[in-house]
This record gives sequence, structure tokens and C-alpha cells, in this order.
Amino acid sequence: MTCDALIIGAGHNGLVTACYLARAGMKVTVAEKNDWIGGAAVSRELYPGFTYSNCSYVCSLFRPEIMRDLELPRYGLQILPYEGGVVFMENGDYLGMFRDHDANRREFARHSPRDAEAYDRYSRDIMRHCRFIRPLLMRTPPDPSSFKPRDLSELAYLGRKAMELSEVQISDMIRFWTMSISDFLDGYFESPVIKAYLAVSAIIGTALGPMSPGSAYVLLHHYMGDVDGNVGAWGFARGGMGAITQALKASLEASGGTIKAGHGVEKVLVRNGRAVGVELDNGETLHATRVISNMDVRRTFLKHVAADELPSDFVRQVKRFKTRGSSGKLNIALDAAPKFTALPEGAPNLRGDLHFTDTVERMERAYDDWKSGHFTRDPFQDVMIPTMIDPTMTPPGKHFMSCFVQYAPPRIEGRDWTDADRDAFGQACVNQINRFAPGFKDLILHMEVRTPRELEAEVGLTEGNIFQGELTFDQLLFNRPVPGYAQYRSPIKALWMCGSSTHPGGGVMGAPGRNAAAEILRDARMGIDMSDAYAVL
Amino acid sequence: MPSSDVIVIGGGPNGLAAATRLAQSGRRVTLVEAQPQVGGGAATTEFHTGYRTSALAHILQGPDARVASAMKLDAHGLRLSTPLTTAVPGIDPLTMQGTFGKVSGLAATDLAAWSELQERLTRFARLLAPMRQMTPPRPAAKAGNDLWNLGKLGLSLRSMGKVEFRELLRMLLINVADVLEDDLTDDRLMGLLAFDATLGAWAGPRSPNSLIVYLNRIAAGETLTLPMGGMGSVAAAMRKAAEAAGVTVLTGSPVDRIDMAADIVIGVTLANGENFAAGAVLSAICPRRTLETLVGPRYLDTGFIRRARAIKSRGGAAKLHLALTGAPHFPAADLTWRIVLAPSVNAVENAFNPVKYGEVPDAPVMEITFPTAHDPSLAPSGHHVLSAVVQFAPHAPKDRDAARAQMLQNTLNVLETAAPGLRPLIAHAEILMPYDIEDRFGMSGGSWHHGDLAVEQMLFLRPFAGVSQYNTPIPGLWLGGAGSHPGGGISGAAGWNAATQLLQGAKP
Repeated sequence: MTCDALIIGAGHNGLVTACYLARAGMKVTVAEKNDWIGGAAVSRELYPGFTYSNCSYVCSLFRPEIMRDLELPRYGLQILPYEGGVVFMENGDYLGMFRDHDANRREFARHSPRDAEAYDRYSRDIMRHCRFIRPLLMRTPPDPSSFKPRDLSELAYLGRKAMELSEVQISDMIRFWTMSISDFLDGYFESPVIKAYLAVSAIIGTALGPMSPGSAYVLLHHYMGDVDGNVGAWGFARGGMGAITQALKASLEASGGTIKAGHGVEKVLVRNGRAVGVELDNGETLHATRVISNMDVRRTFLKHVAADELPSDFVRQVKRFKTRGSSGKLNIALDAAPKFTALPEGAPNLRGDLHFTDTVERMERAYDDWKSGHFTRDPFQDVMIPTMIDPTMTPPGKHFMSCFVQYAPPRIEGRDWTDADRDAFGQACVNQINRFAPGFKDLILHMEVRTPRELEAEVGLTEGNIFQGELTFDQLLFNRPVPGYAQYRSPIKALWMCGSSTHPGGGVMGAPGRNAAAEILRDARMGIDMSDAYAVL
Repeated sequence: MPSSDVIVIGGGPNGLAAATRLAQSGRRVTLVEAQPQVGGGAATTEFHTGYRTSALAHILQGPDARVASAMKLDAHGLRLSTPLTTAVPGIDPLTMQGTFGKVSGLAATDLAAWSELQERLTRFARLLAPMRQMTPPRPAAKAGNDLWNLGKLGLSLRSMGKVEFRELLRMLLINVADVLEDDLTDDRLMGLLAFDATLGAWAGPRSPNSLIVYLNRIAAGETLTLPMGGMGSVAAAMRKAAEAAGVTVLTGSPVDRIDMAADIVIGVTLANGENFAAGAVLSAICPRRTLETLVGPRYLDTGFIRRARAIKSRGGAAKLHLALTGAPHFPAADLTWRIVLAPSVNAVENAFNPVKYGEVPDAPVMEITFPTAHDPSLAPSGHHVLSAVVQFAPHAPKDRDAARAQMLQNTLNVLETAAPGLRPLIAHAEILMPYDIEDRFGMSGGSWHHGDLAVEQMLFLRPFAGVSQYNTPIPGLWLGGAGSHPGGGISGAAGWNAATQLLQGAKP
């Protein structure tokens, strides 16, 4: 039996592609190696009664066009916008964040009146950069080395978009894409803690420090999303991040697609330069007219496709693709809400992200540790307690805490992580929180510590890179994943890519999955209604 | 009141080149220099009785071909050493010709990978080299863009073939460490290349965008030489050329302000109160000092001043001078060579890490020359001068004196390990930190480039948006120093380009 499309991996991008193809009338099968689905957008119960968002933990980037096209709210997806956030400072003070611009401004003024003024200018400039780049997310990147009419007209389109801006705006934009977030923020702010708070989005998930050139772009990557039309807003998926992939699954099944979980793909079967199906790790063969990989590009082509089927230049480029993991994750079941010394109980800021790194320098020093192959003893943590607004994840009165941690190297001084390293890493994070919330340690009922080793082994992210490849210019746009193959196609006919290794990259965004589906359908000369990416601007 | 067509502020290589270009085209030019002698960073100094050396820049890469030929520097007395060989010393030494040339001492596998890499990067650098002699294009509809040369450049990029063009786009903003580690395995070679790539930059080899800075350096010239008599003899030859072209050179004449009437430049006032009238002023000193101090905010709008103030100018290099009572011994290295102590990519990266926080690296990396091995007259007979650029050094440490002392100690420790027995030969040691360089040569932050040479401050972003074509919103005011495209170094290219634009009378 042959299906029209076989998708390897039931992560959010694979499922998005599957949904679009199934809606267009293709017979779709998704093969997933784990017994559960979701990839890194997953909710799991590892401690009785507690639902964990094990990997990804907040939602903003997921494209509203996709939610609408695939009717995800109808299949149970609900995004709860959260507000607030706080940076706990070494001196006992704190910087609170609010969803309301003017409230933020007042809080900034407490730390620096000058920075409160600058915040208006900053917000306006960031929004302008976002508005320019967002439409590019949902478009297949043109190949600048090609003379095909389609590529030329897309390049001309981008050129026209750019020329709508003034000289100073174009210059500011190019500076923003290439400079470090630290330098960028220095152009606006003077307060170290304000800079530390704003620099966060520029380092999450990347193997760059806040002083690395190119990090400002990563900030943009995290700011492009929206929740209910509020650009830059973030939310929790009710029931954990798995709710997104569960809704996608329900949407897929309603369109007639199927998911086969429990057996991984061993290899992609290729006949005469064309993908014809896959062989599973239990020996079973699945035939398909086309195969679409949601795995990262290195995993797909270096582990699951025979090297002699691929041009050697392509293999060389894939081997060069950088997937350096930089982060770890703690998932903690808490007996009660932690009490932070600096803030009163129930402060609205506790419903947002909690940080303990009050200078850009401390983040950069943590990155220096990563560069030399160590996990840091003074980690940067992005801590969330989603149960502050989503009570469905734990028994009443209890809480689930998610700690995203940087920096954690894929290997320690060139050797693999050991369990002892993992525990020491987890302990460093817990100790940091405990300093600001005495007694925190005693509230821990259960804790899952994940280093790049665990992320690779379970989720299949090579080297634990949460974006399936670094977001630096040599791996963005027409360079992603490798030059000449940025249009979701591979050197093997009928073998496609739809994961975060492709444009526009990682985050629970769904854009690579949707763009890949658009290309596949275009190739198959099948039409489907997709929301216009510009309608939401 | 003395009057001229153009007043050039600053007698460094760019100011001298610009003044000469203008005078050769028939303009009456006065060049005013604050110091008692011309040269700026191109100077020779007696740092210890009987020992002379290049005070800041010590190796000549280039200069710009147009400058060298129009100023006939050799006819004006400039003598250069034979081209330098670069060596990474050790039991197993490695040598390289020129800035990016033939390497010997490599194993066979690395040799093949190196040839491929060297060929590719040299090709990219040569393609981009014409950019250095062009006025940068501006992304503005009414800008005076040099469409003819831009078209030629675009065509040459596209005609190198699809594969190479894609590689260029991929590598445009990549970090140099990834490029090296993808193909090479030899630590000595990778350390040398990582060092050269970040020389004069405020970046480590793992900083994204570091390769393009390296390509720009390679494009600046393929041979390295030492000027006989130190870098001051370059300035002396340039001054002779300028005066032969008719330039009036006034040294010891610091400028207090640029005079304006009805928002138009009418001349300059010196610190001693003397006025000089001119229809145009070309400043070859720091753009930020020119605009903020010499012009002043009252003539400029706030957005403009903010962009000027946002110029990042962080020097990351220190300059070391040692007076030696004898010849030191670097294993398997000749004192006529350029000796680079940068054992690996990580050594360079680790030397950069602490300067981000205003601290001093434990083991700095460095480039060493012995000017006395080429020109013995610089020191007493049998004695030597060691001149080194040492990276990285903090430009704004908490305690300047402590940082300087620590930097000297750490540098001497590295030197003693590389050349045992060097320490007892030292009669005198001097180290100039970036802030010392700022104090002595007026370069803000101690940056040789009058502003970081980084992608966000290159081409039409140099020194900042709107003034990249050497003209400013103030009629008659021009910028032609290292802060403008294509940056610093003893080349004179920025000054030459600026003078060319001035002569064409481009309007803002």
C-alpha cells in the first residue's frame, strides 16, 4: 500500500505539513519514533497528576494563519496570554515587567528615567524591524544564484520592500541584523538590569552570547510572534505545549491522515534517485510517493539516507551545518508556589518569566564557559510557572515550574555528559533559584533535568539544538539549511524537508511546515486555500 | 586672514593623501596638524635613549596603490624592507609568505585543504578589493552612487559561477573559526589565521562576521614590509610629496573649532585663536570628534548627533616596545621575520574573552617584528628593538595603571616562554594600552580605525548612515579619515577617496 506523503517525525512542523497536505486531498502518514507525538512541543506526565511542558514551554511564534487554516481552536487549542515578568537582582531589588507599555515605562523610570524615555524609541524601532521581516517568514526564500523567473521576481519583490524604507531605516535595519544585542541596547539604555532583561530574547536557544555580533537578529526572531494579534506577546498553551500538537493531530485525523507512533524510521528508501518510502526500525517498509523529513538536516541526510545517493558537495555542506546545542531544561513539580523575597505573594509579575541574571556581562560570562566546553555555575535561567494561570496542569494548589537554562554545551570538554554532570548542572540551577526564594528546594516533589544529551536522545535534536540549527546568517534565509537547497527540496527527488532546519528556522512557529507544504503542493500542481500571510500585518 | 580652497585637519596618512590629491588637482590646500610633526599613527619614536621604533603602526600593508604612485613615495625617500615572511615559531615551525600566501611546514592533508581554502578566500578578497577604492554606495534614491563601477563589481561576483557565488553569500557573515575548523586541523596555521583575522578588530575568531573583516584585510595588500627608519619615514615621504604638490603644512596647530556662517563652513579657528578661511574643510581625524567637538551639536539635528555618538570605537590592541641589549632567540625563527605567537583558535578567543569585561588576558597573543634586524641604525650596534602588537587589551578597564602593569607582565611571560632568555636582555619596556593610544594619538577608544571595523560599521554604514560618501549635511564639511570607508591602516585610501569625492563636488 502506498501513501501520497510520508512524513518522518510528528513534531509540530511535520504535523503542520501533514495537515495541509491531507486537506489538499493527499493520503498522508506520519511516522513517529516515540510512543507519543509532539517532538519538542509536547506535554507529558512524568509525575502522577502533573503535566509537564517538557521541552518548549511558551507560545508566541506559532503563526495565527496556521491556527486559522487548520482550525486548531476547534480541535482544542487555547492560548492563554500571560503578562509580566521579573528580573531578580543581586542587590535584593527587582525589575518588574508588565504587558502594558506604560506600566513598563513607569517601572523602567524607577531604575532610570532616561531609559523610560528611550523605551518608547526602542519599542517603535523594534516594531518596525518586525514588520519588515514578518512577511518573509511565510515565503520560500529566493535563490540569489538562480536566474529562474520565480527567484528573480521574488528578489525584486524584496528589493522593492526594502526601497520603501528611508536610507536611515535601511541602515538601522542592516545594523540591527548584524550587530550584537549588547551593542544595540547600549544605543538606547543605560540601566544594566534593563539591558539584561531585554537581551534575553537574543540568546535563547542560540550558541551566541549577548556580545556576539548577529545576536540582535535572534531577538527579532523571538519578537516576531503574536498572541491574538498582539505582536511580541507570549502565551501558554492550555494543558501544556503538547496541546498544540494534540490539536494538530486531531485536525490531521479529521482530514483523513494517520499517525504511526512507536517505531522510528531507519532509512529513506531511494530508487533511481527518487525517494519511494521508508524502512522502519522494526523492519517494516512503508511506500510513499514522496517522503518529507521533519528531522533536522544532519539527522536526515547523514543518518537516514545512504551517502552514495547524495552528491558529495551536498554531504559536505550538511556536515558543516552548525547544530551546536546551548541549552538545558529543568521540569519541576512543586508542592506549593515558591515565595520570592523581593516580591509579595501573588504579584502579577510572577505569572510571567522569572530571571535571575541582572547584567549582560553575567550572561556573556556564562557563554564564555560554554565556549570552553563547560556548563556554567552561574546559569541564565528563563523560569516559568504556567500553573499560575493554567490550573489544568497540576492538582489544586500545586505547581509546575519550567526552567530553561543556558549555557549547556553538547559535550563537556570533548567528552559526553555523565549522569553526575547532569545532576550537578541541575543543582546549580536549583541553588540559584533558592537564593531568591529561600525554602524553594523543599517544595520540589519531582525534577526532570535535561541536558543537550537528553534532548538529542529523546527528541532527536542533533546536539540538543532546539532550533535544529543555529540562527546565524550563514544558516538563514537562502543559506538555510544549505545554499542551493533552501526551497524545502533535497538532491533526491520526492524527498523534502519541513523541519526547523529550513527557513525561517526554529521556535514553535509552524512556518517551515507550512512553507514546505506550499512547495510540495505547488510541485504536485494541487491547490489549497492558505491564509494570506499579509492579512495579519 | 590666510585663506585657501580647502583646509585638511589631521596630518596622518589619510590627511596627507587627501591634501596631496586636492593640491595636485589645483586646489590651494592648508593642512593643519596638532602635533609638532605629521604622521599621526605613522610615527617613529625614541622610546628609550638610543632606541627608536615605529610608535604605533609598525608593518606596512599596501599602501593604497593610487596613493603610492601619485605621491611617488620612493622618490621622496621611502625605503622598504624586503617582504616579510611570517612565522609561527617552535620546534616545528610554520611559515607564510605575505598576508595570505604560500605556507610551508604543513602535513599533506592540511596542505590540500589549505590550498583550496586559500584559493577561495583570495578570490573573494580580490573580487572585493575594488570596493576599497570606491565611494560606498548609499541605499538612497538621490545618492551619487557610482553605478558603473558597482555594476562591474556585481558582474564580476556573478561571473565566478553559481557554486562560488553561493559560497560567498554563505560566508559573508560567518565567523572565521568555523571556516578554519571546517577544513583544517593544524593548530599552528589556524591560530595564525585566527590572529590575522582579528588583528585590529574588537572581536574574537568565534564572533560572527569576523571573516569579512579578514577578507578586507587581505584585500588591503598582499605583501608586508617594514619602512626603513620606522613608520615616521612614511609620514616624512608623504609630507614631502604633499609639499611638492603645493600643500601648506602647519604642524603644532591644533584646531579649536570649525567656523560656520549661515550653516556653511567658512574655515577653522586654531587653539591659539588664529583664523583660517576656506571654502571647504576635510577632516581626517575621528568623525565623532569632528562632529561633536569641532562643529558642535547646535549645527546638527538630534538624530544625526545620536548616530555620531553611537559609533563604536573600541581599540583591542596594545603596542609593546622592548629595548634589548642583544639578539633574542626564537626557536627556528629569523629576526627578520614577522613572528606570530597565537598557538590556536582558542588561544585567540581566550585572549579576547576578558577584554569584554575590561579585564586583561592571562596569555595574550601577538605579532612581533624586530625593526633593527632590517635597519640596525634604530638601536646601538648589536642591540635590538622588539616591536609587537599585543591582543587583546581592554580599552576601558577599571584601573588603567593596574591593567597596564598586568598586561606588560602577562605579555613578557608569554614572550619568555616563546624565547627563553629574553627577559635578561630587556633594557627598557614600554606598553601602550588602547587608552594610552587614545591619549597620545587622539584615536577615540584607541581604535586604529577611528571606529570599530565591523560589518555594522562598514561601507554605507561607515562612519554611519548618511555620511558614508565623505560629505556631511553641512555644506563644505568632508570626512576623510580612517573612520570613513575603507578604514584605517597606513594606506591613505580613505583620504584619497574623500578628496576624489570633494573634487567631484558631490552634494549631500
